[in-house]
Amino acid sequence: MFHYFIGNLGHLFVISSLVSALVTSFCYWRATASADLSLRQNWILNGRTGFIIHSITVLGIVTSLFTIIYQHYFEYHYAYAHSSLHLPGQYMVSCFWEGQEGSFLLWMFWQAVLGIVLIFTHRTWEAPVMTLFALVQTFLASMILGVVIPGLSLKIGSSPFILLRDAMADPIFKIQPDFIPKDGNGLNPLLQNYWMVIHPPTLFLGFALTLVPFAFCMAGLWQKKYTEWIKPALPWTLFGAAVLGLGILMGGYWAYETLSFGGYWNWDPVENAVYVPWLILIASLHTMITYKNSKTALKFSIILVIAVFVLILYSTFLTRSGILGDASVHSFTDLGLSGQLLLCLLFFTLAATILVAVRWKEIPASDKEISTYSKEFWIFMGATTLCLMGFQVLVPTSIPVYNKVLEIFGVNSNLAPPANQIAFYSKFQLWFAVAIGLLSGTGQFFWWKKIDKQKLKQALLLPLLITLILFAIILTVARPEPIYIALIFAGLFIIISNVNVMIGVWRINPNLSGGAIAHIGVGLVLIGILFSAGYSRVVSLNNTGLLYSKEQGTEFNRDNLLLFINEPRTMAGYDIEFLGERLEPRHKSGYVKRSEVDPTDDPYKVVAKREIIFKDKKLFNARDTFEIYPENIFYEIQLRRGAKIAASLFPRIQINPAMGGMLPSPDISRGITRDIYTHVSSSMNRETEPEWSKMEEVRVKIGKQFFVNDYVAVLEQVDRIDKIPGMTLSNEDVAVKARIRIDGEHQSYYAEPMFLIRNRSEVGRIPFEVGELGVKITLLNIHPDTAEFTLGLGGRQKDWVIIKAMEKPYINVLWLGTGLLMIGFTMAMMRRFRE
Amino acid sequence: MKKTHIIAILVIASAIAIIVSTAGDASSYVTFDQAYQMATVGNSSSIHVVGALKKDQQGEITGLEKSPDNLSFSFILLDENNKEQKVYYNEPMPPDFTRSEKVVVIGGYRGNLFVADKILLKCPSKYQEKKLNAKV
Repeated sequence: MFHYFIGNLGHLFVISSLVSALVTSFCYWRATASADLSLRQNWILNGRTGFIIHSITVLGIVTSLFTIIYQHYFEYHYAYAHSSLHLPGQYMVSCFWEGQEGSFLLWMFWQAVLGIVLIFTHRTWEAPVMTLFALVQTFLASMILGVVIPGLSLKIGSSPFILLRDAMADPIFKIQPDFIPKDGNGLNPLLQNYWMVIHPPTLFLGFALTLVPFAFCMAGLWQKKYTEWIKPALPWTLFGAAVLGLGILMGGYWAYETLSFGGYWNWDPVENAVYVPWLILIASLHTMITYKNSKTALKFSIILVIAVFVLILYSTFLTRSGILGDASVHSFTDLGLSGQLLLCLLFFTLAATILVAVRWKEIPASDKEISTYSKEFWIFMGATTLCLMGFQVLVPTSIPVYNKVLEIFGVNSNLAPPANQIAFYSKFQLWFAVAIGLLSGTGQFFWWKKIDKQKLKQALLLPLLITLILFAIILTVARPEPIYIALIFAGLFIIISNVNVMIGVWRINPNLSGGAIAHIGVGLVLIGILFSAGYSRVVSLNNTGLLYSKEQGTEFNRDNLLLFINEPRTMAGYDIEFLGERLEPRHKSGYVKRSEVDPTDDPYKVVAKREIIFKDKKLFNARDTFEIYPENIFYEIQLRRGAKIAASLFPRIQINPAMGGMLPSPDISRGITRDIYTHVSSSMNRETEPEWSKMEEVRVKIGKQFFVNDYVAVLEQVDRIDKIPGMTLSNEDVAVKARIRIDGEHQSYYAEPMFLIRNRSEVGRIPFEVGELGVKITLLNIHPDTAEFTLGLGGRQKDWVIIKAMEKPYINVLWLGTGLLMIGFTMAMMRRFRE
Repeated sequence: MKKTHIIAILVIASAIAIIVSTAGDASSYVTFDQAYQMATVGNSSSIHVVGALKKDQQGEITGLEKSPDNLSFSFILLDENNKEQKVYYNEPMPPDFTRSEKVVVIGGYRGNLFVADKILLKCPSKYQEKKLNAKV
């Protein structure tokens, strides 16, 4: 049955949200422009009502879309494309924003929330600020409108409420227009991760928060309140910097846990597109604080605040217009919104530029020359460095845009992004980070008051001394490259100088120490990046000296390691062993050996062959039926140092044909001083029939030992049986089952092949396969005269997996640093909100 | 000269340096012939070649060779001008490799062999698939 109502309702909400946003913007504009007080008040009331209606409609869209996903209405394209029946509940939420439409919706939702908060907290600024807010909401709503202008065949926006039959031209809809698929395509397995439940909302809250300072700044320029806008905008800027930073970090952490490129940051265009605005946001934050304290850098602040919002729109354009194409591994697919996105970007860029240009002369500026011994000077330098840092990332990230622009002018450009992104960006960004560290470390000494050369020397002496001592100790332990030496020094310097400041501030008022704490966090982040990236070591390094081709004499080091089941290899001080494939039960935490369960007709259910124990805890009784995730296969990899187990890791491969095959995810063993990280690079393909060796026959008596696939085996007993699963036996039929013990490396396995004679003459043989050992045994014949049995022995290549394992030292310093950064931001924000 | 002017000059200088270095480090999309020429004149920078896997008349991929230990593999790629080239990649074969419609190889020539440092696959994504996996 088709559920037309919910989709129509959703679409109605979309249209009304667009109209109400436009009306709101108009009302607030009239309010701002009118001089008459009572008229102004009326327009404000209209605008306020309009925005509240708008917010209700946004909530309505969200509810309708979520209902469609949650109720599995697969007649809708959004539910079909992004979810499935077996998807666990918490990931239903992720389905919501997997598609472009949902993520626009999320963005709109946050801006509606922020708009409501601003209406009730900043009455004096309400009219001009909300004009901007509603205008941005209008643009966002147009992205999900999904209306075709008749006559022009111009489609505006892509609606999340379109039916599957309208989205896909499948022949089945011609035959059967009311066809509804039984199940959906499912959520991309890489997104089935708890970080993906909280990362997008955080990131989009960050996006939405950049609108607040932008709106205040525009309002200030418009209303000629050139200086007053800074005060209300500052706490929101701090809030935005914290949330956007947190969102980016969550993305990085997700990548570390889920993607298998071996790190947390890949300098992918999609990452760069949010990193750049964040850097500029941090720069604007610093200049705004400078302005509050010393009335300098107002123009610089205005330009930066505008740049942040424009860059957010630019990053939206980059990631959603499909322009990145080949350049990015995870950009959104093109929904044909490029024109609209470009229009939105150009509209706000031009509007802001014109407004600034018109008012430029009137913006107050201080003519004072800044002294080198003032904090303003150092903050100004720091902010400039942050801008250059962002610029360095922005220029190469935009390469696909240059190609497109040149194409419009008829030039065929073949410019490609740098071949090795990580090396290219790191080369520059690390030096910028060093500069930032030194500037902010030094700048901290000026935080209080202007000091002269003499006092500066005194103040700097102790921190510099401590820094140098620690620096010397680290250098003797590790012998790093020049860039790392510089980075260690800068990182230590910023930590020590800020600890010094923090101690001083704490005595006066702990509430003021947010800045110092955030800067200590930055220092720790620098050191954490240095260790985890610079000293990351491939444990599975494979110096076998294999030639990659006979013609070439060059040897290749291999980062990947081939492991056969139960055959340890020694690498980089570790014994690495593959212990077999594991499955994950749905309702219990732990792993189950594939050899311990029997499959059922339902791929989502298995039966325990025997009692299942994981890490000394009983998970299931024998014959229990339980649910699993059939698309997830885990590979137990054990790393040992001597007899001590250093890590038991369970990297995963997800098989999802609808999503493009097999997707590996790493597993990480977390330690205080180092993380051990491993992922599967390649594994056996179970779908293609394994190649068995030619069957070998042996004649054995009970209790006699023999070899199968290099394992010692013994025929323990042969019994007559009355029942064979899935077969009915008559009284005349004879069935026997042999029990053969095979001694594996870590445990014994039992093979139980069967032999039966039906209707006196038909002979049937049911072979038994021990998958993990690559052994198949058939009971071929029984010789009652000699009490011997003929067994057919088959072997195949043992189970194998190819992995990559890495050691990441002191990555926790990085996470600790980011934690401190967030605490610092929060403290500073609380203080500014209280003001 | 005021201090701000000096800073302004420094900023402009660094911005220009950034643009120049980007232009210098940027790679380019070329064909195998161009890549080979670059290598013969001693230009060893990494370049991008876009191509498709070689297929026989039945549509089966040909020329795919895995190393005995599965740790590396080589394949034959046809570039835009349909020039065939053997490409070596020092990583296990990605699981969805054979399904890819378009392959971008990033690397360079070593002798007559093209060694890829990185491979980008363009797979037929679920969005382009206009057929339903209709389980009725």
